[in-house]
Order: sequence, then C-alpha cells, then structure tokens
Amino acid sequence: MLSRTAENLYWLARYVERAEYLARTIDATLRVTALPAAYIGKTNEWDSALLTAGVAASFYQQYEEANEHNVVDYLSFSANNPSSIRNCIEAARLNSRSVRTALTSEMWDTINSAWIELQEVWNKGTSTREDLAKFLRFVQETSLRFDGSAYRTMLRNDAYWFSRLGLHLERADNTARILDVKYHVLLPEEEHVGGPLDFYQWSSILRSVSALTAYHWVYRETLKPWLVADLLILNGTLPRSLASCYDNLTRNLDQIGVAYGRQGPAQRHARGIRNRLEHSNMNDIFQHGVHEFIQEFIADNSRLGEIITKQYLI
Amino acid sequence: MAVAFDEMNIPGGDLRPAYQELARWLKETPPEALEYRRQEAELLFRRIGITFAVYGDSESTERLIPFDVIPRIMSGKEWALLEKGLKQRVRALNMFLRDIYHGRDILRAEIVPDDLIFQNPVFRPEMNGQQVPHDIYVHIAGIDIIRVDANDFIVLEDNARTPSGVSYMLENREIMMRLFPDLFARHRVAPVERYPDELLSALRSVAPQGASGEPTVALLTPGVYNSAYYEHSFLADKLGIELVEGRDLIVKNNEVFMRTTEGVKRVDVIYRRVDDDYLDPLTFRPDSALGVPGLMSAYAAGNITLANAVGTGIADDKAIYSYMPEIVKFYLGEEPILKNVQTWRCREPKDLAYVLDNLGDLVVKEVHGSGGYGMLIGPAATKATIEAFREKLKREPEGFIAQPTLALSTCPTCTASGLAPRHVDLRPFVLTGSKSTTIVPGGLTRVALKEGSLVVNSSQGGGTKDTWILDE
Repeated sequence: MLSRTAENLYWLARYVERAEYLARTIDATLRVTALPAAYIGKTNEWDSALLTAGVAASFYQQYEEANEHNVVDYLSFSANNPSSIRNCIEAARLNSRSVRTALTSEMWDTINSAWIELQEVWNKGTSTREDLAKFLRFVQETSLRFDGSAYRTMLRNDAYWFSRLGLHLERADNTARILDVKYHVLLPEEEHVGGPLDFYQWSSILRSVSALTAYHWVYRETLKPWLVADLLILNGTLPRSLASCYDNLTRNLDQIGVAYGRQGPAQRHARGIRNRLEHSNMNDIFQHGVHEFIQEFIADNSRLGEIITKQYLI
Repeated sequence: MAVAFDEMNIPGGDLRPAYQELARWLKETPPEALEYRRQEAELLFRRIGITFAVYGDSESTERLIPFDVIPRIMSGKEWALLEKGLKQRVRALNMFLRDIYHGRDILRAEIVPDDLIFQNPVFRPEMNGQQVPHDIYVHIAGIDIIRVDANDFIVLEDNARTPSGVSYMLENREIMMRLFPDLFARHRVAPVERYPDELLSALRSVAPQGASGEPTVALLTPGVYNSAYYEHSFLADKLGIELVEGRDLIVKNNEVFMRTTEGVKRVDVIYRRVDDDYLDPLTFRPDSALGVPGLMSAYAAGNITLANAVGTGIADDKAIYSYMPEIVKFYLGEEPILKNVQTWRCREPKDLAYVLDNLGDLVVKEVHGSGGYGMLIGPAATKATIEAFREKLKREPEGFIAQPTLALSTCPTCTASGLAPRHVDLRPFVLTGSKSTTIVPGGLTRVALKEGSLVVNSSQGGGTKDTWILDE
C-alpha cells in the first residue's frame, strides 16, 4: 500500500484513541474534583490532567490558572491546542478523507457523522455540566464505534495492521503518562501509608483507563496502589496495560513482516520492549524506581513510533 | 427568448411518452412523501460525504450539491441517436489532437487558423511529435449537451481535459434506487453501474508497451482540498486503484514509481485529475507542489501513459469549439450528428462588431474559461455590467466568443412552491480505450434551481438529477 495511506491510517487511529483518552481524563478529573476537599487533599487535579495530556507547558502560555473551566476548555474545545479533542476529531476527519479508499464505509461514517454532530458543540460550547457529560460520552462512544467498525469490517491486511499499530502505540503512551504523573501515589507495599486521599486518586487513575471494574475482577481486593501499578503495567489481560499494548504491537508488526516477507528494526525494537515487560515484576520495578521505569518506557515507546515511521511510512 | 422546450409536457396538455409513468406516480404520491425523501437524500449525501469545495468561499469550505429527486428521463431511441453523435464527436476530437501534434493537415487545409493553435496558452509544444499509445488523447470526455426541441441535441461544450461529475451520475443513481424502489419497479431504467469497470479496462488498454501484463493504474489527485476530491477518492475506490498525490510518486530512470510500505512500485497508467500546468514542476509551473518532478520526461520516454494526454486543452477551447462541425467533416467525411451552438468569434472583426451591437441578447464566454466563471449573460445583466464587459471585450477580443441565449430545455423539479419546470443540461461521459469507445447510458443532469436561471454550474447554485435512459 502507499506509504502515505499507511501513515494516515496510523495517525487516524492515534487521533481517535487520544480523543477518547482525553475525554476519559476529563471525566475522571471532574469526578474527583467534585469530592469535598477533605477527600482529595491539596493537589490540583486539573494540573494533573494537563500533565497527563502532555500539554501543561502550552496551556500556561495562554492561561494563568489551571481550573475546571480553563482546562476543560483547553483540552476539549480549544482550536489552539493541537491535541485538544476538537483538533483530534478534525485531524481524524481530514485523515479519513485522505484515505477514504482504505477505510470501510462504516469507519468513514463513524468519523464523518461524529464530525458533523460535533460542529454544533464547537459553535455553541457546552453550557451545562449535563452538556459536557453528554459530549464526553459521545467522544468515547465515537472511539468505541470506530474501533468496533475497524475490528468488524476491515480486511485483515496491512491497512488493518497499520491502523492497529497507531492505536496501541497511542494507548501505551497514554497509560504510561498517567502512571508518570501519578507515580507518587503508587508506592510499594511496605512503604504504603495511604489514607482516604489516595483511595480516590487510585480510583481516578483506574477510571481514566476504564479499568476500575477490571481491577476488582482481576485482584478481588480493595484498591492497593502496588496492584494498581501491576494492573496497568504488567497485566496482560487488561487491554490498556503496557504489556497488553506491546503484545499487540509485536503481533501486528510480525504480521506486517510476514506479509512483506521481511523484518526490520521496528520488529526488533518492539520485541525488545515486550520482552522487558514480560520479564519484569513489580518488586523489581519498585526497586528500580517506578518513575524511572515509566520515563524509560515513554522514551522507548516514542522511539518505536519513529522507527515505524522511518521503516514504512515515509 | 422563446419558450423553452419542456421534456415532460407537450404544450396543450399531453405528456411525452417517456414521462407517462412518472406523471402517474407523481399523481399518486403525496407532496409530503416527496419532501420527506428529499430530506433523506440530503442526509445520505452528507453522511457519505459527497461534497465539493467552493473556491473563494471561506464560510463553508465543503458544500453539498443540491440533489433534485425528480429524475430526468430520455427514451432509448433518443439515447441511441445521442450516443452515435457523441462517439462521432470524440473520434474527431482525438483525430484532431493527433493531427495538431503531428502532421497538421487541418492547418494546411486552412480549416482552423494557425494562430488559434500556436498562440493558444493550452497548446503544449512539448507534445509535438510525441507518440501516445493507440493515438488516444482524450480517454475520458465529458460532452455538455443541451436540447432546445424534440429533435436535436446540441453540444454546448467539449470537456477534454479532466471532466468531473461522473461520481454524481453514479451516486445519484445509488441514492434514487434506495429511496424510490417503487418508482424503479415501474420503469426499465438502463443501469450505469458498469462505468468504473469500463473506465478501468479503457485505462488498462492504453498502458505503455513496456508495462507488464497486469498494468498498474493510479489516480493522481491534487489532494483533499481540491473541489472534486470526493470524486477522486470515490473513483479510486470503485476502480480498486491507488489514489496518489504528487508526493507519492517519484521518477527514476524515466520510469514512474509510487512509494509504498514495501518500497517503490512501478506505475504504468496515471488517470490524472491534475491540470497540465501542475503535472511536472520541471516542465510546467515551477512553483507547483502538486506534481511530480520528471514526469514529463518519463512521458516523453514512453514509459507512462497519462489519461487524458497532455495538451488536450486545445480541443476543448471555446474558440476551437466553433470549428467543430468543420473538424468532424474534415477527419471523418461525415455530417456532424450533434449540432453546435451558433458562435461568434470575437477575434473576427465582423463577428466582434455584431457582438458589441447585441451584447444585451448574447452570452459571452471566455475562450479558456470553465465552471461558469467570467461569463456575461446579456439578458440577465445590468447596464453597468454590460458596459464593463464591453470594455473588456474591446481590449482583448480574441479572449472571447459569444452565443445566443438559448432556451435550455426544462424538466419538472421540486421547488419551494411544488413541482415546477427548471432548465437542465446533460453531461454524458465518453470513454475511449484501445479497443472501443463506450458510453454508459446516462450522464450527469445539471439543473438550474433558480426560476428562469440558465446557469447550471454547481459553483453557481446549480443542482443535479438522476438521468434515466429507458430500455425499451
């Protein structure tokens, strides 16, 4: 397939995934900030939301204070924020138009209908909490629909695999960023002195990666920070965990390698990261430092993005 | 202006035979039902994303072309005549282009004046002596046809460069079949869905000699911001070929390749929807980022076929148009089946004098214009506009031609106040491959939605209709 087509498919999936993640982050932050101050402590959760979205620096060039109004606006509707939900949807639609021939009609319809529907939101904004909640839900549903139509309607060939690569790379990045911002509440078992404050932090983290219920099913335990970290980093059954993203990334890259009859640096690099995840346990990671581990992962993950681009997309 | 010929109603109250079933159906169908389906059609167009961009319009960069749900119907007999005429015309166009870029018999015979060719900005000296496979220059032609009475088809314009609109022919039919299955069941409408297949086999048939048995065809688009982008992606999809932009292609050793995830892959035929000027920055406009550097040298080396060929603009020039009846006779020795609109060439002093004296009654068009831009419609223009145009005309008479204001035929059309006659034209698409010339029965009917308006261009508020050829 054309390199440009593969590139567009890859980015299309990334934008849709990012829009969903932003919607989840805002949703989770709204929940936690709605609690009485005694339950969440003094941290500014809106600041954390900016950090997990990776846009704190550009935000402060335009705003003085990170409060609900400013941050929701910047993350959702701002045309000046290159990774606002709005710009993600716009970019997804533009990419979809460029690769219409590689999309199934269901995928196109999902993106195009969402784009049409959201024009009104961009024009009018969301005046009430209810509007905002509806909007955030709509964004998440769009992503689910897009993902579902890709899964159910695309031919299993390189077009599908490149689209999946974008999805899992973006997903891994998002999960890692939350961990990076919140690592200080994810302490190892013996150091744990958490109170009710941290409980809400943990549930908020899980909510933003839609893993709260999953946690209970996997561990059948009350919320424990080291288990939260274990779930998001190493648990291969949770679709948003780093391990699970890398299972998928290596599989999709191998499929491409087989179809094209040759492997390359992308396959090797992805396999390296997956092996590291597979052979780690939480004790080692805590010993090494969660923060350092996550930072390394983020760098490795974005390096994989660069290698894929060089090997296939340009 | 005379009363327009109506394609459904005969003055006196009778109906033309092709429309009888439609009239019966309209009588049985409540207006609300029609309105409801009209809205449904609009929703479908929007969801599928069948939009076009209007240049110089920042307000809404993507617009829908209004779709009228009342079909335009022609009998099989009428179509047979039209088809014959179209094939004749396109054959002559191809022979004319071959001649212009080779022997120039027609100039020596003094049928077409030299300067009209050599002074013409769309004449491409690069094409002199250049061989194109099977001597086909215009693989895809869109010939604009109008009717003024029951007997004749008149050519309004030949589009021999990159005619657009065929996606509407196909999508209009798709949507009509979805919304009006009952109406289809009551007619025998000739299908149009073979068009993509016919196009692909025509394109494959003109592959260069060095191409493999399964030549690779690609569609070259200027990109998502082009007004006809939807059509480009639609056709690439239906043909199952790659939709490429200039940056996807590279030229190595005079061969053209596209960049793919598996390395580069050779391309044999390019269905290009990019104008000559932008094809190759090394040959044409150096500032163009849409083209492919080196494409013209690969073309000259005979390693790639461009469809349509470079330099076909000379055949759809409006000044050349006025010579078409003579051109048909010269090459084919036949009387032209399709008529021309009477045309005054402003470059000729006698004609210019007449035009200047009768500006208020005439339509004056730029020789190189298209899309309905830059023309004067005398009867609809204000005094000031006419005077301003007069000055333009005097300054550069060779840039214009004039035609009488024709009463384009009318068809019943949905309007705010119910069904009413509106003026229409027709653009059938003629495909020429190495083995045959084919035309799917139908075309794009464009309709001027404003009462009395004669401008059917989508850029000027025109709409479209599905075109039915009855298989009798």
